[in-house]
Amino acid sequence: MLRILIALCLTIVATTARAELDIKQVTSPGGINAWVVEEPAIPFVALEIRIQGGGTLDLPGKRGATNLMAALLEEGSGDMTAQEFQTTLEDLAASFTFRAFDDSMQISARFLTENKEEAIALLRQALVSPRFDQDALDRVRAQVIAGINSDAKTPNAIASSTFYANAFGDHPYGSSIDGTIDSVTALTRDDMFAAHRNALVLDRLYVSVVGDTTAETVGAMLDDLLGDLPAEGPPLPDDVAFGLDGGITVVDFETPQSVAFFGQAGLKRDDEDFFAAFVLNHILGAGGFESRLMTEVREKRGLTYGIGTSLVPKYHAEMILGTVASSNETIAEAIAVTRNEWERMAREGVTPEELAVAKTFLTGEYPLRFDGNADIASIMAGMQMIGLTPDYVVDRNSFVEAVTLEDVNRVAAELLQPEGLHFVVVGQPEGLESTQ
Amino acid sequence: MKRLFAALVMALSATAAQAEEVTTYTLDNGMEVVVIEDRRAPVVVHMLWYKVGSADEPVGASGVAHFLEHLLFKATDVLESGEFSATVAANGGRDNAFTSYDYTAYFQRVAADRLELMMQMESNRMNNLRITAEDVETERQVILEERNQRTENNPNALAREQFRAALFQNHRYGVPIIGWKHEMEELDLQDVLGFYDLYYSPNNAILVVAGDVEPEDVLALAEQYYGVLPAEDQLPVRERPQEPPQRAERRITYVDARVSQPYLVRMYLAPERDPGAQREAAALVYLAELLGGSPFTSALGQALQFDTQTAIYTNASYNGFTLDHGVFSFSIVPTDGVSLSEAEAAMDEVVNAFLEAEIDPARMESIRTQLRASEIYALDNVQGLAQRYGAALSQSLTVADVQEWPQILQSVTEDDIKAVAAKVLNRDQSVTGWVVANQEEAR
Repeated sequence: MLRILIALCLTIVATTARAELDIKQVTSPGGINAWVVEEPAIPFVALEIRIQGGGTLDLPGKRGATNLMAALLEEGSGDMTAQEFQTTLEDLAASFTFRAFDDSMQISARFLTENKEEAIALLRQALVSPRFDQDALDRVRAQVIAGINSDAKTPNAIASSTFYANAFGDHPYGSSIDGTIDSVTALTRDDMFAAHRNALVLDRLYVSVVGDTTAETVGAMLDDLLGDLPAEGPPLPDDVAFGLDGGITVVDFETPQSVAFFGQAGLKRDDEDFFAAFVLNHILGAGGFESRLMTEVREKRGLTYGIGTSLVPKYHAEMILGTVASSNETIAEAIAVTRNEWERMAREGVTPEELAVAKTFLTGEYPLRFDGNADIASIMAGMQMIGLTPDYVVDRNSFVEAVTLEDVNRVAAELLQPEGLHFVVVGQPEGLESTQ
Repeated sequence: MKRLFAALVMALSATAAQAEEVTTYTLDNGMEVVVIEDRRAPVVVHMLWYKVGSADEPVGASGVAHFLEHLLFKATDVLESGEFSATVAANGGRDNAFTSYDYTAYFQRVAADRLELMMQMESNRMNNLRITAEDVETERQVILEERNQRTENNPNALAREQFRAALFQNHRYGVPIIGWKHEMEELDLQDVLGFYDLYYSPNNAILVVAGDVEPEDVLALAEQYYGVLPAEDQLPVRERPQEPPQRAERRITYVDARVSQPYLVRMYLAPERDPGAQREAAALVYLAELLGGSPFTSALGQALQFDTQTAIYTNASYNGFTLDHGVFSFSIVPTDGVSLSEAEAAMDEVVNAFLEAEIDPARMESIRTQLRASEIYALDNVQGLAQRYGAALSQSLTVADVQEWPQILQSVTEDDIKAVAAKVLNRDQSVTGWVVANQEEAR
């Protein structure tokens, strides 16, 4: 019954390390695709499931429903109350996590070989027949509201939520997946069943399994685990343009250190310039101590403990985002230096030496990521979600190597917009005011 | 005692017999070497642990251990400032460092064939740092911003700092690792160099190498790079001021407008894991699990989050992986409308009822199973294993202590737990802290 489509021993080659990864691509009798790596050395299995949609599927007026639903999957299912479910899970020494993100649901499980049938049966029950008991709903709702209250007084959370609200408005990206106190307070059991029905569906589900198991047995396990989920879900929302112009938004908050969350429009993951932008971003702000921003803002001037940037290609919008924190007296200088580096990079690009060092790091570090069953399972599920094939683990470093100085510097000039960079600053920054 | 031990080990399932492969050496200059083999990936973690942390700092120079950790990435006689990390990155690796009360550690994660280069650079900066006054000026701003980020901007961290300062009446565990701000501002080149010259030496260090390596090869490289460094003959005996008998409970209310929800913490002084004497610590691991491990199955969770809606969060935890004193603590976040005094009374009631009742054998068995499984899951993370050995050895435990620990955990009995609970849960050795946004919430 089981078809093994591809069984390749993939060797990730870098100038430094090599990692061998034998990814088997399987389709279950019921039609569920999965990537499997057999690793019998340690008697446990890591299972990773991602389902596209996540918080973007919240229905109108029901912001926070998908997030609350995900938190309730461990709070009772089948004929078990929350406490009965957790007691069984602890007795098996397994761990399950259920989380909703903006664009996806993430389900991670870890269980011992010696009781994997029982663990899978318990996970199936949580995914397929959650109870959403009223007492569990009320208890977890109170926890979510406590988190919303806490975010309202946490500078980092205030900065990011202000940034997203201004960038995306009414699109789901414009508000927190947790919802508001009003929206969460109004959620009912029916809303939980609706969110569950919409978010856990087979046609946008991706699975990887790593550990003490065999590709031959995974198909039947997955049919058993997931086969009873609905085939399809509601349509995903439309793409949305990044709606923030360059400037500064100051949010007054009494605290000694100002926190800045900044960014501009980015590019899609499947853009032909993605790897050039990836290398560019590494040199600008993602390369730890060696990045230009760390060198200028921290190492030379002591203005911050850390500054970093990243490419953020979400499903429906793309950004380059960064964070930096500095005392109220010095945040203005930290921002000025950051802007200046942004502008210098757009104008001058990178040097051949910087490019060579970045490539050596990025290609050398890549095999080191495949470290441990849970990490490999997570990477493989993420790859499937963005439409990559197993060959990518072999080819990826050649994509990095293929980036030329001309590519990086052309992309730097086209992509980086010193004037389009917007900073949301939370604190009492000296010498900074909101722009209009 | 020994026979009981053997019987219990045999009772474990076959999977628990799996363990990491560890080889140890001691170099002639006194440096300890631990090699952990994991051949699943061609990767190695190289860690150097110094048996010195913030609790070893001179009075008045809090934060100097952590400050020095930052400055170790500056220039040496052969490396330029920043060249260490840049070289690791240019070899496709990652590096970093961390400081705790009892240790300071530096690590790199790289392809296994780059181990020699890591040893070459790490051994070089043990003795040959060339820090300038300018480095000190700039980097002091960085650690002050780090303190801003971790502590000054975070009311929970500020509250915790107050509680620890009150819990420890004599020991340096009451001083924050990052330092008190006013002392950090005064740290100078002399503070840093004095600390460096005394404590950064092979007879005060532990090398841990974990991954795709041959122990004999690691030993040969260690002898070549670390074995040639001279031992420090002035290294002081590690005796830090200990806690006197504590005779009165302490109560603190920390008020900060940035607190979103009132909560309470109770911390008790507790025994730590000691060489050849880890039973009480093992029993405390169970006590924390039984009282406040999982909200669904622990005594506090069941009583305060399920049976009554007194709290939205409950927890008990124990940290005894320390050189001198451990801490056992509770924290409770009351439900809206429940005052802190009501929540605290309810917490004490649950703990007292637990002490008087029999311990459920099914819960004991469940915790035993989870602890056994956690050893299997731990094998998936070689850096975690390296950290376990490095931390233990820098806190005076031995390799044998580390390897016996899982078996000691399996052998804990209900009586052990009751006995240690009676000893530790003594309010005279505790701090109770309330964290509120304003005085009105402190009721």
